[in-house]
Amino acid sequence: MEERRYHSVRLDKERCKGCTNCLRHCPTEAIRVRGGRAHILDNLCIDCGECIRVCEYHAKVAFTDSLANIKAYKYSIALPAPSLYGQFRGLKRPEYVLEALKRVGFDDVFEVARGADVVTRAIRERLREPDLPRPLISSACPAVVRLIQVRFPDLLDNIVDIRQPMEVAAAIARAEFCKKRDCDPADVGCFFITPCPAKMTAIRTPIGQKHSDLSGAISMMDIYGMLLPHINEMQSDPDFVPATRFGVGWATSSGEASAVCPENSLSVDGIENVIRVLEEVENNKLSDLVFLEGNACIGGCVGGPLTFENNFVSKNAIRHLVEQMPAVHPDTDVPISMLTKYAMRCDEPFRENHAVALDENRAEAMRKMKRMNEIIERLPGYDCGSCGSPTCATFAEDIVRGFCTEMDCIHLMRERLQVMAQQMVELAQTRRE
Amino acid sequence: MEELFRTVYPVEAADYTSAGQASADIKRKLKQLGVGGDVLRRVAVASYEVELNLVIHSMGGELVLTVYPEAVQLVSSDRGPGIPDLEMAMREGYSTANEEARSLGFGAGMGLPNMKRNADDFSIESELGKGTTITMRFNLPL
Repeated sequence: MEERRYHSVRLDKERCKGCTNCLRHCPTEAIRVRGGRAHILDNLCIDCGECIRVCEYHAKVAFTDSLANIKAYKYSIALPAPSLYGQFRGLKRPEYVLEALKRVGFDDVFEVARGADVVTRAIRERLREPDLPRPLISSACPAVVRLIQVRFPDLLDNIVDIRQPMEVAAAIARAEFCKKRDCDPADVGCFFITPCPAKMTAIRTPIGQKHSDLSGAISMMDIYGMLLPHINEMQSDPDFVPATRFGVGWATSSGEASAVCPENSLSVDGIENVIRVLEEVENNKLSDLVFLEGNACIGGCVGGPLTFENNFVSKNAIRHLVEQMPAVHPDTDVPISMLTKYAMRCDEPFRENHAVALDENRAEAMRKMKRMNEIIERLPGYDCGSCGSPTCATFAEDIVRGFCTEMDCIHLMRERLQVMAQQMVELAQTRRE
Repeated sequence: MEELFRTVYPVEAADYTSAGQASADIKRKLKQLGVGGDVLRRVAVASYEVELNLVIHSMGGELVLTVYPEAVQLVSSDRGPGIPDLEMAMREGYSTANEEARSLGFGAGMGLPNMKRNADDFSIESELGKGTTITMRFNLPL
């Protein structure tokens, strides 16, 4: 038995009505409704948060750290995702948000956009190396990386082996803070201000890294209201190195691709769209591309399930913000020494998630598939979800996996009842004769 | 060899809206069987190419997936028109795709060579006026 995986996305049992809204929207078919409420299949869930978005009863929730958790450390640093800037309409400079973060209790701030600058440079250097798979796929969106682990294992080698901006930012932030204040790194907590549950999960159970440099993540939704009254003054820090407009641009879809490889890249947003494009990559139809950026959320990180502002509005806010920033590229802004001073490369391979396989043993998996195909023939094909599985095909799969029986299908059950009723009528009539 | 199961995918001529559905289902099935890595990648490419060939060049036909304990077999057979010059058709860059197909980005003349390159065994038979049958085998790693 594999140990239970950590997930930020969870179910609030009390609120769940057992409806089927979330079933059909899960991109990895990781939800079942059993016994009148939803269950999230631990080994298939990629923490994208689509179910959080569609649940009318708010029964799907994302677990993140509360602001009080920063007190567990002697010092705390806030690492705002660039998408945080998109939450405030008409924001003129990121420094207003950075000052607000200090006022709600953080000792220091470090822009993840700055981490994105460094990562941009690192990926650009990586792209110069020969014999890279094409296209190279961004590792920035953890939901997309986990999607590949579950549904596209043959594309794992295409994922770029450079760390995520939040990780690089945390490593730099902690080192610089300790140097400045002459303190022990263990006393410094680095908290990501997150637009999504996938990043929270990526901190607790890192992918591509043995350990995360982050201490936790605070939901944008939770901190937004606290920051709002403080967005009125810029921070004044003589040592502050602002992120470039390219780093800030990572907040929205195509921001990463246009910073990393404007010459020959594609960016796709929305998990279903990402799936369609990954199918194309699998079919070898996009091997002329150098770089592929995939974001699980529509609009990119500004569309994260834990953001407050409408994703189109915040995308616009980011656009206006970067237009006012100087046009300096990370190629010139980030010293090359940064790439050797801090760890850029992943230190763990991206591993295949075998949850999709019907059985560990291939012969057994084949037998199960044969049975599954026979069951599918008998099912009505309505994909109604009444059985609690998202589609008739997954229902058949659940039967061969031993999770349910054919009589859990209300349509098969009705047919069976009709036959039984007919038999009872016949039985009654024979008696009378 | 013991046949474990077989799935038949009918493919209609010039049906660009459903083009790719058969190969998508084939990939899905292989993943459920726990087939990954290099084999999955090669089957993905070859099955997509062969399905698209049916759509673009044939008068309709079918794609049959057969799974054996040690291998996966794909057989594409169509109702015509047949290939006049097989040797030419196997040449990289040679294509007879029409304008409609080319406008959709197909017709690079890599279809058959790509199938041959990706399959462990590849054979093609064609009779003018009758049809073409392509058989591809992919060995599964033990």
